[in-house]
Amino acid sequence: MSDILMIFTDFTLRNVALGAALLGISSGILGCYALLRQQSLLGDALSHAALPGVCLGFLVAGSREFLPILLGALITGSVAAFIIQYLTRRSRLKTDAAIGSTLSVFFALGIVLLTYIGNQNNAGQAGLESFLFGQAASIVPSDVMVMLVVTLLSIAFIAALWKELKVTTFDPEFAGSLGYPILTLELLMTSMIALAIVIGLQMVGVVLMAAMVIAPAAAARQWVLKLEGMVVLAAVFGALSGVVGAVLSSSYRGLATGPMIVICASVIVILSLLFAPNRGLLWAWVEQRKNHRLLQGQQVLVDLYKLSVRHDDPAYPSELGMMNLYYGLNAKRTLTRLEQQGFVEPVSHMREEGQHWRLTDTGLNEAQAVLSSLGNHNE
Amino acid sequence: MSLEDAPSDRTRTLSGQAHEPDLALHVEDLTVSYDSKPVLWDIDLDIPPGVLAAIVGPNGAGKSTLIKTVLGLIKPAAGHIYVHGKPYKEQRARVGYVPQRSSVDWDFPTTAVDVVTMGLYGRLGWLRRPGRKEHTLAMNALKQVGMETFANRQISQLSGGQQQRVFLARALVQDADVYFMDEPMVGVDATTERAIINLLKALRTRGKTVIVVHHDLQTVSSYFDYMILLNVRLIAQGKVSDVYTPENLRTAYGGQFALLEKAHDAGVN
Repeated sequence: MSDILMIFTDFTLRNVALGAALLGISSGILGCYALLRQQSLLGDALSHAALPGVCLGFLVAGSREFLPILLGALITGSVAAFIIQYLTRRSRLKTDAAIGSTLSVFFALGIVLLTYIGNQNNAGQAGLESFLFGQAASIVPSDVMVMLVVTLLSIAFIAALWKELKVTTFDPEFAGSLGYPILTLELLMTSMIALAIVIGLQMVGVVLMAAMVIAPAAAARQWVLKLEGMVVLAAVFGALSGVVGAVLSSSYRGLATGPMIVICASVIVILSLLFAPNRGLLWAWVEQRKNHRLLQGQQVLVDLYKLSVRHDDPAYPSELGMMNLYYGLNAKRTLTRLEQQGFVEPVSHMREEGQHWRLTDTGLNEAQAVLSSLGNHNE
Repeated sequence: MSLEDAPSDRTRTLSGQAHEPDLALHVEDLTVSYDSKPVLWDIDLDIPPGVLAAIVGPNGAGKSTLIKTVLGLIKPAAGHIYVHGKPYKEQRARVGYVPQRSSVDWDFPTTAVDVVTMGLYGRLGWLRRPGRKEHTLAMNALKQVGMETFANRQISQLSGGQQQRVFLARALVQDADVYFMDEPMVGVDATTERAIINLLKALRTRGKTVIVVHHDLQTVSSYFDYMILLNVRLIAQGKVSDVYTPENLRTAYGGQFALLEKAHDAGVN
């Protein structure tokens, strides 16, 4: 019995892992363009608006079949995208308000249809709610084939129209002046994103699918200099979070697949936001601290210099206690750093009166250099 | 045939023979409106080749709209546009464009030289990728604007003036006869502004026509030799010395009268 279970588990796992990887790749790649066009929220709207389509597809087909459901999701998703475009252009609603209101209406409609189907006592309705948060176990090989086709289609689309899509994303006006059909390219891109979202609904669910479009791209953006790198890295991040999340959720009973995958993607996003060179928060913090220390050092140096000028003694020894009072308690540490740089030295013979410090010759030059770079207005 | 194509129908019948081929830009009866409000009203323009022309007018005068309409980015309600005697669609290879710097997201993941290479996309045609030759051309253009050392720098790390130079280099690489530039001197430091105007004058010396949306009345006389004064309608066009008069400026700017007198004094002296 346990052997049969094992085979069953492995078979499911293989499907799930492959499907999740493909899903991560297609949504990761296309997500880069959604993110760079500042259309991340559009992905959210598309996925939420797919729910009524899922239900309608089910009602029309009478059972839970992949293709009718996929078609239904595509149709209601596109209608929502069209409404959002129309509202943004023709009404006084701003994009966020147009997306927010459209998304809620379609999602509410989807939930109503879902509960209606749930009360029908239809034997085939089992597990339609899994479209809310996704269910890895429901993935069958034919679903994986559809995902493979969509992923290959996305890659071919991006590769063939690489420079055209790049310039229309970066600078649509300039692309238009070159004669590129901006609207057509935009429409193609939105359709591809909608397709990538729809094939992910079964695995990740309508509530969280947008995260699969946004998260890998947002994480990848942190690490790269060029669009090429961003697209490749987003595909890798997407595949990684897809596989890890889906495998985790199918190894333990009761863990929803969608949230699991999204948690994995979010961990990658958080790590990228924190640790990426140049753009990471940690990097910014280190840079700020470095600047802070540099300024502290310069200030102490300049004050030592001014004291020595006032006393007409280039090697005038200043007392540590006085400087601690003046700067707070940082003076000792700052002075030690300056000593390592060779700008100051402790004065040994006056130790009994408390520690004193004075400028070295290089410190004197450095202080003068700092002052002249500041313009030295008050001397 | 869709409604969108209707305005160009008449131009198509005329495009067999060149229309005013001696002019770099010829605009007839151009009207543009957003919804029902006209942004440009019945504009007639003639810009001869080899001039450095400023498009000047108050905020909302339709300066950028004029450029964008010429470049086919906005569909006019009526009117004809000819670049060196032919509709823009047939002359794309002879036209270069510098959009407003603020119109793009400079956090886009790309490098300076990559942005400049985009200027060659039109010549490359669909599906073909830029190669070594394109890279060399882009590097030459960056050199002309003094940015070759920043070629591989990410564009988000460039200063405003440097970003503007990258945009200029992208236009240079287009190797056009007519250049349209939308406020290239907004938000740049004095050094960059001087570098830009020298570059524009060098283009004119090479016989190119440069048409610039310009916001600073005080520098019009010293920078440009041709001027289009605009406020929804065309107020005046011609040599700066003829157009730059208190009467014309008053007509164009209306209420901001006192300010203008001052600007005028500063500009003329």
